[in-house]
Amino acid sequence: MSRNDVAVAGVGMHPWGKWGKNFVEYGVHASRAALADSGIAWQDVDLIVGGETVRNGYGGYVAGATFAQALGWNGAKVATSYAACATGAQALDTARARILAGMSEVALVVGADTTPKGFLAPNAGERWTDPDWLRFRLLGMTNPAYFALYARRRMDLYGATPEDFAAVKVKNAKHGLENPNARYRKEVSVDDVLTSAVVSDPLHLLDICATSDGAAAVVLCSTEYAAKHGIGGGVRINAISTVTPTFPQTVIDMPLLSTDATNAVSAPEQTFKESIGQAAYDEAGIDPADVSVAEVYDLSTALELDWIEDLQLCKRGEAESLLRAGDTTIGGRIPVNPSGGLACFGEAVPAQALAQVCEVTWQLRGQATGRQVEGARVGITANQGLFGHGSSVILSV
Amino acid sequence: MTATPAIDGWFTTGPDPTLLGSGCTTCGTVFFPPTSGFCANPACAGEEFEETALSRRGTVWSYTDAQYQPPPPYVAPDPFVPFALAAVELPDGLVVLGQVAEGYGVADLHVGAEVELVVEPEHASDQLIWRWRPLISGRVTEMGEEADQ
Repeated sequence: MSRNDVAVAGVGMHPWGKWGKNFVEYGVHASRAALADSGIAWQDVDLIVGGETVRNGYGGYVAGATFAQALGWNGAKVATSYAACATGAQALDTARARILAGMSEVALVVGADTTPKGFLAPNAGERWTDPDWLRFRLLGMTNPAYFALYARRRMDLYGATPEDFAAVKVKNAKHGLENPNARYRKEVSVDDVLTSAVVSDPLHLLDICATSDGAAAVVLCSTEYAAKHGIGGGVRINAISTVTPTFPQTVIDMPLLSTDATNAVSAPEQTFKESIGQAAYDEAGIDPADVSVAEVYDLSTALELDWIEDLQLCKRGEAESLLRAGDTTIGGRIPVNPSGGLACFGEAVPAQALAQVCEVTWQLRGQATGRQVEGARVGITANQGLFGHGSSVILSV
Repeated sequence: MTATPAIDGWFTTGPDPTLLGSGCTTCGTVFFPPTSGFCANPACAGEEFEETALSRRGTVWSYTDAQYQPPPPYVAPDPFVPFALAAVELPDGLVVLGQVAEGYGVADLHVGAEVELVVEPEHASDQLIWRWRPLISGRVTEMGEEADQ
């Protein structure tokens, strides 16, 4: 559909969980699954792009080469990307650009992580110029506290309730029940959410996603290569948005202590998160009304509602109505997070944006057993990485 | 012993304390935390800034609290005491995060509520930090207890 189309040849994951193993093992597992799914031999891959993990020492910093060595050196070119939660999209975009430039034919993109329990904290050391360190040191401002600011705003501006937020969790828990890669596969009730401890008002423990181990991999190839070898079942990536904000960025954004000021330059027409989806729609030449399924970054239940509006799947302030009407449930008008989302997975940072692409690929191929969105033709993913990294991928079949 | 700020140059500590931003002398954009070097307005080549006191009053953009103890480098009292946080829209055109003043919680806040900057000791040290204090009925209340009534 877009002149920037590349084919999704294969996808694969390592199940999310707390497995206590090395991230490399997860990454190789996902890579082999994706290669097997594509029918392409590792020796025929001419580019590997790894999503960096910051929690696993040097091997994690050079993840592309780490995975290449673990799969067995095959002489492929290598790149490693880091964009926090948006790492997977950036890695995917790097692979796509080389394929579109004719510099690569088949690329393997892989992200994997091992995460500690509890709050994601900054790296050790004293860094008085690092906002990520300062927000903890000066304010005790955790990730859930940022999510809670957005949630509270929905309540005060649009009349959202804690029951609405809980309903997102209930929906996603139900979606993920049959997903073999999901970590949590158990029904949750509104009452379960509301009786779980409050972490940051108004968000309860069950409103906030866990941190997980996991890995996801995607094999990309040129549309010509896919056609020639009969690969991939027709799924195409039509757009990858990796945009940065436009000055002045006026929505308080993790891990910053403030926004840009509008006293000299007025705010852009779209917020950063709106612009992430818009750039993807523009590149793909696809209208939000044509989207049949969305995988969005539900770091918190309330954030899923924000993303639905940011992606123009409904008007601002109407996501709760959509949710209450069952429109975002599988079988509804626009199912959101059929995989179960982060609610069922927990976050494995460098793998997560790739996991979204895996899920949409399965949905478009009609292979999402137990969670299939019937007749899905166009899927969009959305995510955002710390320090201004947009991430949105549009796929179609 | 004179209390010192937890971080140098970000706020004043006298009566009527203010946050200290940096105003670009070329385009006028105000930045907080204070900055130097290059203006972050992409259309501006400015490299000089002047210290700019930000408005002491603003309105709440949103708010929350920390009911679980944040990880280091947050320095927590033992036992940990939950505290509230607010993102505050200033007339200067930006939103600045801060803890909420001692004695106030989320029940004292709503989006659009008026707050005022105060400077108080940190939770587990005598160093000073900026905080946002709710202005109940448009008047400064000295004590959280009064505000709760």
